[in-house]
Amino acid sequence: MIAELGLALLWIAAALACLSLVAGVLYVRGGQAELAALVRPASVAQGVLTATAFGLLIALFVRSDMSVELVARNSNSLKPMIFKVAGTWGNHEGSMLLWLTILCLSGALIALFEKRLREDTLIATLAAQAALSLGFFAFLLFSSNPFNRLPVAPPDGQGLNPLLQDIGLAFHPPTLYVGYVGLSVAFSFAVGALVTREIGPAFARAMRPWVLFSWIFLTIGITAGSYWAYYELGWGGWWFWDPVENVSLVPWLAGAALLHSVAVTATRNALRAWTVMLAVIGFSMSMVGTFIVRSGLLTSVHSFAVDPERGTFLLVLMAIYIGGALTLFALRAGSVAEGKKFALLSREGSLVINNLLLTTILALVLLGTLYPIVAEAMGEKISVGPPYYNRVAGPLALVLCLVMVAGPLLSWRRDDGKRLWSRLPVAALAGAAVLVLLVVFGGKIGILPLLGMVVAAIVAVASLAPLWGRNLRRTPLPTWGMVTAHFGVAVALAGMGAESAFIKERLVAAAPGDIIKVGSYAVTFVGVKPVAGPNYTSIEGTLVARTAGGGEFTMRPEARTFPGLMGTAPTETNEAALLTRPGGQLYAVLGQPVTSDDGRADRYQIRLWWKPLVWWIWLGGGLIALGATLSLVGRAQLPGIWRARRYRKSQERFAP
Amino acid sequence: MTNRWVLFVPLAIMGLLFGAFIYRLVTPAETLIRSQWIDKPMPLFDLPPATAGVEGLESSQLADGKPRLVNVFASWCIPCRAEAPQLEALKAAGVPIDGIAIRDRPEDVATFLREYGNPFDRIGSDMQSSVQIALGSSGVPETFLIDGKGIIREQHQGIILAEQVPEIIAKLEAMK
Repeated sequence: MIAELGLALLWIAAALACLSLVAGVLYVRGGQAELAALVRPASVAQGVLTATAFGLLIALFVRSDMSVELVARNSNSLKPMIFKVAGTWGNHEGSMLLWLTILCLSGALIALFEKRLREDTLIATLAAQAALSLGFFAFLLFSSNPFNRLPVAPPDGQGLNPLLQDIGLAFHPPTLYVGYVGLSVAFSFAVGALVTREIGPAFARAMRPWVLFSWIFLTIGITAGSYWAYYELGWGGWWFWDPVENVSLVPWLAGAALLHSVAVTATRNALRAWTVMLAVIGFSMSMVGTFIVRSGLLTSVHSFAVDPERGTFLLVLMAIYIGGALTLFALRAGSVAEGKKFALLSREGSLVINNLLLTTILALVLLGTLYPIVAEAMGEKISVGPPYYNRVAGPLALVLCLVMVAGPLLSWRRDDGKRLWSRLPVAALAGAAVLVLLVVFGGKIGILPLLGMVVAAIVAVASLAPLWGRNLRRTPLPTWGMVTAHFGVAVALAGMGAESAFIKERLVAAAPGDIIKVGSYAVTFVGVKPVAGPNYTSIEGTLVARTAGGGEFTMRPEARTFPGLMGTAPTETNEAALLTRPGGQLYAVLGQPVTSDDGRADRYQIRLWWKPLVWWIWLGGGLIALGATLSLVGRAQLPGIWRARRYRKSQERFAP
Repeated sequence: MTNRWVLFVPLAIMGLLFGAFIYRLVTPAETLIRSQWIDKPMPLFDLPPATAGVEGLESSQLADGKPRLVNVFASWCIPCRAEAPQLEALKAAGVPIDGIAIRDRPEDVATFLREYGNPFDRIGSDMQSSVQIALGSSGVPETFLIDGKGIIREQHQGIILAEQVPEIIAKLEAMK
């Protein structure tokens, strides 16, 4: 009964979405207030029903109900419980239901808590959100029903890609989805505001928490995804410029641009059309991202969910939403009154440059990702790899970081260059010191990693400058947030630069007792032993890493084999062993046994990397997310947080 | 806003993007990667002999006026064994064939030639796959049809089937 109940709830929720949309449109076109009174409760109910349906799907996976097609295809009774639960969204239908659940819950939250907007703008926003969810309901119910029953239940399920049987999977996609779909709210706010022509500080303030909220999740999702690929794929890289990584980066870039421009709109009532445009782009890019992953348009390491027919359905949906929003923008943005003027050398000016650079990087990443498709349409086969991205995005990102040095130190409206320069000598000194150190002691370093580390030093010092000379206890939380996030960028940048400049790699065929030198470590290969896991067998190697200072650390990389279920081939994965040290990480992968000329297989391929400061990359990502969280909490309208209230008051003094 | 048409630019870009998406959805993906060297002269190389008793292969030797085949193979490649009879048939029909052995040991190449025959005039040893990569060949076996001037005219990916032998002979005849 659970599956049938879930399906029924989805249909009712779809009907409610339809109701919200129709009532909302009628009200905005001059209907009665009773119509508006329908929209809020319908949005809330829709959220509750969809979330319940998703809960029921989880229950089916937990009970391993193999009569449900989705469970039979993607789960197995032998799987550990956490992976049964995670299996709910580790497949196409389940992940689309999760997507829809977040979409509807966001609508419910706006309906419940948004009080700052004019009533008609709010109803238009909720109607836009209902229109979005209606399309995805249709997609789910007509082409991807997660609750489909099988005529005959198989004895057991077909498992899950063992590569995905990892704790990272349990949280990575849902986190990214919250980020992706959270941007739908900004999209709906933009549509709502365009419909009622209410684009101003109130609209920007209503939208800002949602942008921050989804951007926090995108940041965490991308950071965690990068770490997941780093340790699970066993290739030792932390970013591959893989299409699926790129499509998560593109909404993040749009979100970063948006949360900076929305700040200008909220405080200074400028950049209004631009903010609306970015809000539309942000969610559009989220949808394009999902579409690319789900349709198999691009092949990548993530293409375990390939299906062209569903791709067509999503393409039509997206064309309607994105095309509709952009048409509305084209028709209405011209009538949006121009915002307040400002000088180029001002806080606003630096944020405009920030926005232009972010959108340029966004466009270049998108171009690189989609270029193979376009080139193939012209009869050429091309793949775009890391050299392109590093060359085009790297320098722009460095310039962006330099703008970030100056931006927070400038005042709104206008500032003068001398005053700015007087605030920078310490940062410039730090940069020069790092440059000298690297040139003298660093050996041969590529220009990008070198500049990266120098800029990181400048940004690290300058990002703290807004706190100088202030009473730290009375500094508003959003300022702390900005400082933390900008400092996080410096930390991540330093990690990226150091890792690519000073990485050491060894690949050897080692027999037990062999000592491998990598970086400042001497690693002894002790031996291998077989290990049995809950649903795999594995060969576990034992390595002992010794430092010059006498430290001794044991590392146990594994080569796992998952048995093939129901006639499928067995799958092998590598579990890298990581040794995290203050100066970086030692990364060990156990490969295939090597047969000697005399036929003995006593040696194993062992790959070792010493990656200096590599964990700073994810630490930086975490700091960025933390900074955004501080900023969000500082702006929340929670009673009792006096700092936030006071900040709002000081902000309102600025507002016209 | 000075020019209202500017506001339609995002919509136009989106239209282009979706055009590309639609194109990609209606044309089935082609997974075969073709060499970029078709109708271009052979890249320059000079490979040592792959085993004792055979000649090495140099790219200038391929422009001797006679159309020929260059077969990229390896002793460790199982399909290459299945292809051997077809190469013998081509050889018997008077087609000159040169070989490039990929990541192979001399003794293994010798065993391979002993067991499956030697249709090759010359066999170069490409230990690091560098010539294979330069040629744009993505696997073994692959066969390149070279005209008398040393220009690559066609790339045959995968094994040559028995029914394709006459076709290949005809194509080489046409290049004379």
